[in-house]
Amino acid sequence: MTDGTLIVAGAALGLGAGVSGAALPRRFRVTAAATLVWGACALEAAAAVHVLATGHPIVLRSAELLPFTGVDLVLNPLGALFVLLVAIVAVPATLHGIGYAQHGSATRSATCVFPIFVTTLLLVPSAGSVATFMVLWELMALTSLVLVLVDHGRSQAAQSAAAWYAVFTQGGAALILVGLLVLAAHANGQSFAAIAHHARHLAPAVRGLVFVVVLVGFGSKAGVVPFHVWLPKAHPEAPSPVSALMSGAMVALGVYGIVLVGDDLLGGGPVWWWLVVLGLGGASALFGSLHAASSTDLKRLLAYSTTDNIGLALLALGASGLFEATRHPLLASLGLVAALVLVLNHAAFKGALFLSAGSVQVATGTRDLDQLGGLLRRMPQTGALFLVAAAAITALPPLNGFIGEWLLFQALLHGAASGNTASDIAVPLAVAAMALTAGLTVVAFVKAVGIGFLGRPRSEAADGAVEVPITMRLAVGLLVGACIVLGVIPTLVFPAVERAVKTALPGVGTALLAHGVDVQLVGLRGVLAPATLAGTMTVAVLVVLMLRRVLAHQPAPRVVEAWGCGRQLQTARMQYTATSFAEPVQRVFDDVLRPVQDLDVSHVAESRYYIEAATFHNAVDDGIERGLYRPVIGAVRRWGQAARALQPGSVHRYLGYGLGALVLMLAALAMIA
Amino acid sequence: MSGISPMIGAGIASGVQVVAVGVGGPMLVGAMRKVRCRLEGRVGPPILQPLVDIRKLFRKQRLRPDQATWIFPLAPVALVATVAVAAVITPLATTRPALGSGSDLFVLVYLLSVGSALLELEGLDAGTAFGGMGSSRAVTIGALAEPALLVTILALSATAHSSNLPAIVRATLGDPGSVATPQRLFALGSLLIVIVAESGRLPVDNPATHLELTMVHEAMILEYAGPDLALVTVGEAMRLTLLLGVFVNLVAPWGVATTTHVSAIAIGLGALGAKVAVVGVVLAVFEVSMAKVRLFRIPELLAGAFVLALLGVVSGLVVR
Repeated sequence: MTDGTLIVAGAALGLGAGVSGAALPRRFRVTAAATLVWGACALEAAAAVHVLATGHPIVLRSAELLPFTGVDLVLNPLGALFVLLVAIVAVPATLHGIGYAQHGSATRSATCVFPIFVTTLLLVPSAGSVATFMVLWELMALTSLVLVLVDHGRSQAAQSAAAWYAVFTQGGAALILVGLLVLAAHANGQSFAAIAHHARHLAPAVRGLVFVVVLVGFGSKAGVVPFHVWLPKAHPEAPSPVSALMSGAMVALGVYGIVLVGDDLLGGGPVWWWLVVLGLGGASALFGSLHAASSTDLKRLLAYSTTDNIGLALLALGASGLFEATRHPLLASLGLVAALVLVLNHAAFKGALFLSAGSVQVATGTRDLDQLGGLLRRMPQTGALFLVAAAAITALPPLNGFIGEWLLFQALLHGAASGNTASDIAVPLAVAAMALTAGLTVVAFVKAVGIGFLGRPRSEAADGAVEVPITMRLAVGLLVGACIVLGVIPTLVFPAVERAVKTALPGVGTALLAHGVDVQLVGLRGVLAPATLAGTMTVAVLVVLMLRRVLAHQPAPRVVEAWGCGRQLQTARMQYTATSFAEPVQRVFDDVLRPVQDLDVSHVAESRYYIEAATFHNAVDDGIERGLYRPVIGAVRRWGQAARALQPGSVHRYLGYGLGALVLMLAALAMIA
Repeated sequence: MSGISPMIGAGIASGVQVVAVGVGGPMLVGAMRKVRCRLEGRVGPPILQPLVDIRKLFRKQRLRPDQATWIFPLAPVALVATVAVAAVITPLATTRPALGSGSDLFVLVYLLSVGSALLELEGLDAGTAFGGMGSSRAVTIGALAEPALLVTILALSATAHSSNLPAIVRATLGDPGSVATPQRLFALGSLLIVIVAESGRLPVDNPATHLELTMVHEAMILEYAGPDLALVTVGEAMRLTLLLGVFVNLVAPWGVATTTHVSAIAIGLGALGAKVAVVGVVLAVFEVSMAKVRLFRIPELLAGAFVLALLGVVSGLVVR
């Protein structure tokens, strides 16, 4: 089979999966569709691996498939890396979906659309022209929109979430289209190769405008502040395999888009572009992690943490562009490596976290942390997997999150000495943003694990939770395994990442050398030995365990009731909740979070010194949504109300409008002529 | 012993470091307590008291709260183990510890956070009010200390163009003047505040308190008894010693062994002990003269540390 056929066959399998998901009887359709999706993933991943191994892009063209423009597929190493990323999330997500489907949401539309969504995700990075890219991009947006709406019958929130998502994804796509069309018009051709060839000769103002427009477009897909508001709405409402794909893979394609246009098509730009990217990244990282730390809904927490992680990737991307603009190619490629590794790692752990959140939802029927607790005893495997994935996202060594943060820190560290005013100011602030983000991520995930999985169950549903089917655990296990492997032997994927970086930044020497098992920066002083570190940590834990056994006189513990200040029989209500756990952080950052708090005290009629009842209400809503979007929505609504006066229902009046408009247009034409 | 291969020498040196931190840590805590007591006009327990206490704790029975999971017994082990790994790779007595090429300040910070994160989880494990209170406060302080810590690392790394700790120490040895640069001084000031915050000393947390409204770390580990408590105590003391050891080797690295020669390591060990003891005594004197600040004043303290670190980075750029 030639390489091009792999892509085509993969796409065909994916579409076949969609058809079989729609057409087969209920009993087979989930498994049949899943099997075909795996086939599609395997074929596309094989093509991607081939491209990454050889470095030669796969080029396909069919003039007949799309009218006027035809279909162009060019899978270069940069795109291939993202195809692999999608496959890494899609395979476990599909497996998880088999178990998830037994608990509802196995509607015909879901089993039909899900495979098509996966297929478009796999194909977007191999688009080679504006038309192909936009068609695939829109298909991806529409199918994911349908999937967000799968549970609309059960939840009102899903409808509202879908409306928000639709506005952002369509608005973003429109901006991307405008930007790419401007480039295509100047290039006199719509293939990416032609655009890349001509884009260098464009006026700086046009290039800058295109970059900003496209950045906003892709940023809205990537969940970058202030275009992130759809994420904490749509991710919780979508079925968990879909949220895993949306958060792990689809959002990553937003980053792909920025790299594609910024580096590949426009070939880099002036310093201010990248300062904008850096600023957006820092703002997203801080805002996302802060809201993740104060969320009480498990999937909402994960959604905000996606904004945070994409923010870190943009921080790396911005630093990379900045260093390239100030002529430090080595640092630029290191920054881009960091960005790609961050996105790749994010796919692994965020996929695992969303899938386990889905398992929790299946087992307990809720995702409200204040209703959970004690799940590690009731769902030992899901709990342990969630714990490891949470450790990965909080960048604890020797897991994969740590590798990404280390690379980002090294890029910034060496960039701090690059001797340019812009980077002198930007780099320390970026390090500070990255650090605070890391700290707040610890708050968010200690809370998610500690409140959700440890302690006493806070509701009957949590008390009665039982472990989910083996397929769902296996799915999460695959992704957690990826987190461990990518953390201990990151050099496994570095050759692929290097190829991708060379595609995006041609002419730049690569900064990373896969030096056996150690990560060694070439030309810069920085070594990381993750495998040795992991080995030493394991040995140390074993030694300390042995020491405790030897030194302790009575090694077996006695089970006792926890200390409750002398109070017997503790209840679940004595524990800290997700809200109270995050209260110190919320109080420290109340200028940013602006929680809405309401204390209602009613006194006893006889004396005001005695309280009859007190209710306390605390809610943290999204400040950007409240301050930026709600006023706009309100204004549009008021405008709409005002416009109703124009529509009294009289046909004569409407004819009059038509005549008036025609006269005005003719007058305008006459004036122009 | 010059015939010894560098690898084995480094291994021995690292082993010595781990033992020194493991035994010296509780002694440092004892010494700091002694100084406090004497300044307050009390006799105070002997310096070796913490070691005696630890031996006593190992003889007691282990207790496990009925709701606790496997995280509860794992957390103290992980705490001690990660600090021990940090003691292996950090240049304390020698600038050539085993696995020193991977000894990065950034790695050190995240390695130590493994133990902290597990202890914070353990606080929530038993399902009590105290544990939750302790871990909620501990994560908040940890989160706020992070920016100061990483920007400090950025400032410290500028001399050696690397965050590799042995490289920084060696660079300082080769260029003694770099210790007195404003960059280094600001960064070290910030680092000291962060060390105080991270190891739960006054004015951030009072290790001697058991008053529920004020305690942070003690609330978090309230459920531990016997050998588990002994491990937590040892781990915390080791972490304080390790962090102070890193601090003194950045302030005044002289005396630290640059080879893996036995006599050099012995001198390095002595110098390390003396320097850490001095800093510990200074901290203790400092602690006597101040009260614990309110929990919601800690952000201001850590913001101050952050500003110091940022000044360090900026002054480095100005002086350049």
